[in-house]
Amino acid sequence: MSRQHKQIHLAAHFPGVNNTTVWTDPRSRSQIDFDSFEHLARTAERGLFDFFFLAEGLRLREHNGRIHDLDVVGRPESITVLNALAAVTERLGLAATVNATFNEPYELARRLASLDHLSGGRAAWNVVTSSDAFTGENFRRGGFLDRADRYTRAAEFVATARELWDSWTPDGTPRPFAHTGRHFTIDGEFGVPRSPQGHPVVIQAGDSDEGREFAASAADIIFTRHGSLEAGRTFYADVKRRLARYGRAPEELKIMPGVTLVLGDTAADAQEKAAEIRLQQVSPQTALLTLEQIWGVDLSGYDPDGPLPDIDPDPDSQLTQGRVRHGDPLAVAAKWRALSEEKGLSIRQTVIEANGRQSFIGTPEAVAAQMAEFVATDAADGFILVPHLTPGGLDDFVGRVVPLLQERGVFRTAYTGTTLRDHLGLPYPGERG
Amino acid sequence: MAVPTGTLHLAAAIDGDGRYQAPYYVELARLAEEGTLDFITLDDTFGPPGPGRGRLDALAVLARVAPATGRIGLVPTVTTTHTEPFHVSSAVATLDWVSRGRAGWRVEVSATEAEARLVGRRPAAPAGELWAEAGEVADVVARLWDSWEDDAEIRDTATGRFIDRDKLHYVDFEGAHFSVRGPAIVPRPPQGHPVVAVAATDPVTWQTAARHADVVYLRATSPEEAGRIRDELKRRAVAHGREPGSLTVLAALAVDLADGEGAPGTAPAVNAPVTPADTPGGPPLYRGGPAGLAELITGWHTADAVDGFHITPVAPRHDLERFVNGTVAPLQHRGLFRTCYPGATLRDHLGLSRPASRYALEREAAR
Repeated sequence: MSRQHKQIHLAAHFPGVNNTTVWTDPRSRSQIDFDSFEHLARTAERGLFDFFFLAEGLRLREHNGRIHDLDVVGRPESITVLNALAAVTERLGLAATVNATFNEPYELARRLASLDHLSGGRAAWNVVTSSDAFTGENFRRGGFLDRADRYTRAAEFVATARELWDSWTPDGTPRPFAHTGRHFTIDGEFGVPRSPQGHPVVIQAGDSDEGREFAASAADIIFTRHGSLEAGRTFYADVKRRLARYGRAPEELKIMPGVTLVLGDTAADAQEKAAEIRLQQVSPQTALLTLEQIWGVDLSGYDPDGPLPDIDPDPDSQLTQGRVRHGDPLAVAAKWRALSEEKGLSIRQTVIEANGRQSFIGTPEAVAAQMAEFVATDAADGFILVPHLTPGGLDDFVGRVVPLLQERGVFRTAYTGTTLRDHLGLPYPGERG
Repeated sequence: MAVPTGTLHLAAAIDGDGRYQAPYYVELARLAEEGTLDFITLDDTFGPPGPGRGRLDALAVLARVAPATGRIGLVPTVTTTHTEPFHVSSAVATLDWVSRGRAGWRVEVSATEAEARLVGRRPAAPAGELWAEAGEVADVVARLWDSWEDDAEIRDTATGRFIDRDKLHYVDFEGAHFSVRGPAIVPRPPQGHPVVAVAATDPVTWQTAARHADVVYLRATSPEEAGRIRDELKRRAVAHGREPGSLTVLAALAVDLADGEGAPGTAPAVNAPVTPADTPGGPPLYRGGPAGLAELITGWHTADAVDGFHITPVAPRHDLERFVNGTVAPLQHRGLFRTCYPGATLRDHLGLSRPASRYALEREAAR
């Protein structure tokens, strides 16, 4: 018997509201009907995935003062969908993205503990934060937090939730809790007994320094994006190194980048399909809109098949709302110009080239090999797969790639436990004294 | 004696303190569905139900129940005092989506200082103020449900547009305690508006119930008392510009069917009395046999005192089973209660029409 290979963890992302989702494809179905969620969740469970992952929306995106209308818009509330999915799945972990800025620890801890009970220990929480007064307009507090406060609130939020989850004894008696902190001063009795996992699994998304530190201190999974094997290894080493500071072992935090994939019968076939998909994802309208999001000015007069604008971006623009502007717009624009000039690309081609996410493109054999290499060489512990089609986008992966990963001995052939912590090999949190 | 004006409606609570696993709730929901009841309810509170006690989030439980049932309406209690109206709107709309049009919610407030301290945002407030706020929450929630017109999703490949943004609307709600800009994140739910229920067992709730509720449960120990309260609620509903028939009024009744008829030689307790609640705010109690309960329901319904009953079985498993087999069956036999579901949604069961989006109507009117 050969030595035990490092095992790959897999999760399925239900495609959200961005241009990854190709709704123009005739196979695309509803992003809101329960049938769609059931299809993808059952597919993921058939593929023995660790968990199913839902993003969150709290305000519709706007561009230039108007609701963005090119991409899929609208989605159900995550925790409610996951409770319903618990009825049609048995082992699959169920992960909800829920904002720590526009919720309160008591209520959210209660909802997550309820999901953990109702699913028999399969709940996970992807903690996100917001710095956005635009989103705040839908909530009681109305306001927002500056960037630094977002993370201190999120860290205190998670710590408080853990205090609540720990407040019942294993024999089913609640102990009063009292939390006094900068963001929350609350006390009382928690209304839900200790749930099967003790603490639902905590996921943290984001690559920033504060995000990495927060993940190292408090998360079980970090959901990241990094473009190459090398960048993945650097990120992996950095985050795993930080764990020791918090008395944690490297295997207590799983690193799972979000990835897209395209399968073909031959390498050329897969590349051709991938190019088609990119054209569908980046329509001429989407190309111009993406550019406006960086430039911060109206570019509707430009030809998407023509060259990049020769004007400079407005770094203080509020043209786009409800969407994070990544990095310094002037620097991004300069980079894109250089890319466009070097390769002779149009606006649309430049957007396609520059915005390509980490993708596995190839035959099932090639994709299985690439995934195995990423994990074996410590660029990741697994992947959150982001299909471009709802809800059938993982059918081929589960049918054609999972068996190859199993043959290689890098992926399970049956669930060995019943909870998400079991699937991930994560410890169960102990009792507080 | 007056002639009953409409169909009889029946609903049951499936509360079960200390139950933390789904199969218990699924079993009760399926039992209620066998009895073709309009809907089941599950109670909830923001804090623990009492010292040393726990319960799961009611909306979560009924979302878990939804795929395991086919027709029965699902009405969890959702509190409005310490929750975010935007989240409440999204969660109830989502329950409607996952149940394919069977969702409702019972509006409830959190009046205690202990609950206020679980959030630490503001102190406890008087019930009148909290019910006024609950009305505002019901209002903004309905506006958010309307904020997507039914045909807002167009998937127009010719223009590359997924939605018609002219069919999405800001609600711009300003209340005394909160404001919400909108539109919703969740597209308009299958029923347009999931059903709004209020336990109007205390007069402090009547105004909010008359204005916003589709279903109310009242507390009365006689048909005469029930009829008086129903008339008062309908009068207030009309004052708010509503059709009186848009409000379904049920009598709340705790039922203990543990003893009573069944033994040979025991006569059914015809028109058995109900006794006032021994807990403040709780429903009055019927104790006796299931056939006697069928007589009581027939009597109240024939007197046109109420549109139906919301029963709370004292021992859910046992009493609900006896209710379905011993009370509902004779009511069906007499032709007083349906034997199958004529429609698919909770609104269908209640005979309520599907409301149009107010924003769609405004847009049409502006043409």
